[in-house]
Amino acid sequence: MPLSTSSNFARPDDAFRAIVEAHRGLTEEQSADFDAALVLILANHIGDIDVLREALVLAKRRMIDGQQQQQQQQ
Amino acid sequence: MADANTHQAKIQFGYRRHPDQDRPGQSPAEHPVVIVGAGPVGLSLAIDLAQRGQRVVLLDDADRIGEGSRAICFSKRSLEYWDRLGVADRMVDKGVVWSVGRIFHGESQLYQFNLLPEDGHKRPAFINLQQYYAEAYLVDRISDLPDIDLRWRNKVTALEQRNDSVALTIETPEGAYRLHAQYIIACDGARSSLRQMVGAEFGGQVFEDQFLIADVKMTAEFPTERWFWFDPPFHAGRSALLHKQPDDVWRIDLQLNRYADPVVEKKPENVRPRIARMLGHDKFEFEWISLYKFQCRRMDRFIHGRVIFAGDSAHQVSPFGARGANSGLEDAENLSWKLDRVLRGTSPASLLESYHVERSLAADENIRESTRSTDFMAPNSHQEARLRKAVLSLAKETEFGKRMVNGGRLSVPCSYDSPLSSRDAEAWGGGPSPGCSMLDAPVSTRGGGQAYLTDAFRKGGTDFTLLSFGNGAAIDTPDGVKDIRIGGEGGLADPQGLVAKRYDAEPGSAYLLRPDGYVAARFRHPTRAGVAAALSRAAGLN
Repeated sequence: MPLSTSSNFARPDDAFRAIVEAHRGLTEEQSADFDAALVLILANHIGDIDVLREALVLAKRRMIDGQQQQQQQQ
Repeated sequence: MADANTHQAKIQFGYRRHPDQDRPGQSPAEHPVVIVGAGPVGLSLAIDLAQRGQRVVLLDDADRIGEGSRAICFSKRSLEYWDRLGVADRMVDKGVVWSVGRIFHGESQLYQFNLLPEDGHKRPAFINLQQYYAEAYLVDRISDLPDIDLRWRNKVTALEQRNDSVALTIETPEGAYRLHAQYIIACDGARSSLRQMVGAEFGGQVFEDQFLIADVKMTAEFPTERWFWFDPPFHAGRSALLHKQPDDVWRIDLQLNRYADPVVEKKPENVRPRIARMLGHDKFEFEWISLYKFQCRRMDRFIHGRVIFAGDSAHQVSPFGARGANSGLEDAENLSWKLDRVLRGTSPASLLESYHVERSLAADENIRESTRSTDFMAPNSHQEARLRKAVLSLAKETEFGKRMVNGGRLSVPCSYDSPLSSRDAEAWGGGPSPGCSMLDAPVSTRGGGQAYLTDAFRKGGTDFTLLSFGNGAAIDTPDGVKDIRIGGEGGLADPQGLVAKRYDAEPGSAYLLRPDGYVAARFRHPTRAGVAAALSRAAGLN
């Protein structure tokens, strides 16, 4: 099964909000720790290495796009 | 590297002059096989080849064994191999048998694992045994085998590859002499001088963190289990390992940082308080202290002309996972039967290439596993440390977290995606597939004697063997193939049904085993032609 990128939540705003609120009141350091744990929990729930790898590629693309933009600005 | 006040059993051997040294310079002695390096790999390979009827010269530049804190954990697979070499009983009798490991984080246990949770195997998951005992028992076994010519203080100083042989120059206390051999097997360790002589690279990764390894002698009541700590109270922020060896010797492994000064850290007066904190007392003596930076490296090719590399000379791993000596022994069992066939002319020299292919796969797997363990223990970045922290913390309350904690993944035989294997043509719901090593199980003989499948394989002569099940007529096996029959008239009995279960066997099923105990092919409905084709492929004949 490939990575699903269609919208899966009936109410996507609720999902986004839930994550945002979980970070409220945390320091940068705590937020990063929190994200690390959350990623591992969700990755295990997905439980499919191919889907995980696809998700990693999709997320990583942001870093590459960001670097290219920075280079263009320089 | 030993410190002055550490002491350890050593066994000394004498140099003896050999008639090969007295031949005129123009006619060096010719030998089929010369093995360089009398460590566990070279010694085992020599025994295996001699048992197959080959004459072997085994050279070692030292004249004693017993130095260094080296391998201690020997796997079930290695013990099964040593069984075939006639030395496993001694190893197991002397060794500390174990199968349980515990992982701690801080003060509390995160989880425990059992590496052999089922009965019905002749050999345990692991024994711990100092490498010098293993070597001493192998040397004793060699004294029963007149076809092995073991020469101490014989140091290879030059090597010249020719079309049909290799010429070696060997330095001894009485000067140099020359030898010719059809094949040289380099088992001369991680700092292999033969590797340099063939001009091969040894590339890979060096881990920055340093690890203090101490073997201490004490009487203690800890169970015979592998205990591993992340961030223990006695060694804050780093990892620690405690493991029992025979003679009340304990292996202790403490992670230090990358900036630790090896000279200072190795001093017994500095090591003692660290270990006293761990044990809660200082009633112990040091057998050995050393400081390591671990490395994971391999040669690109394990075969260079007529020089073949096995063990640490070919590949090196960090010690977490017991993948060093055990993988070297797997190299030996993989190479031995192939070299024997090539020397006899029953297989072409190209069969040796499968040694490189199969053992490269194993080396890559071992390097991958031990790199992951070492990285988990010594994270490379702040973010890696953060992810590890998350895993350790999730492990307290979730099963998936426990399984992500990596305190070393212990050695199991690699399965080979090999040109020697024949693919399954029928459906199998379990059992070892072609390229996997045979599984042990209890059997009983017609007289009612209890034994194991690995015994039957060994007694059959560790050649190509057809393991067949059921009550039909005996299969007409191709020449040279040994038979093990389970069930039926005259066959071994399967009293607990475990052979059939572990091999997913039905009446009529058959497995073709290679001389190293790996599965070459399996059949639901074997025919003579099908077995012959698989045999041909496994022997490198097509």
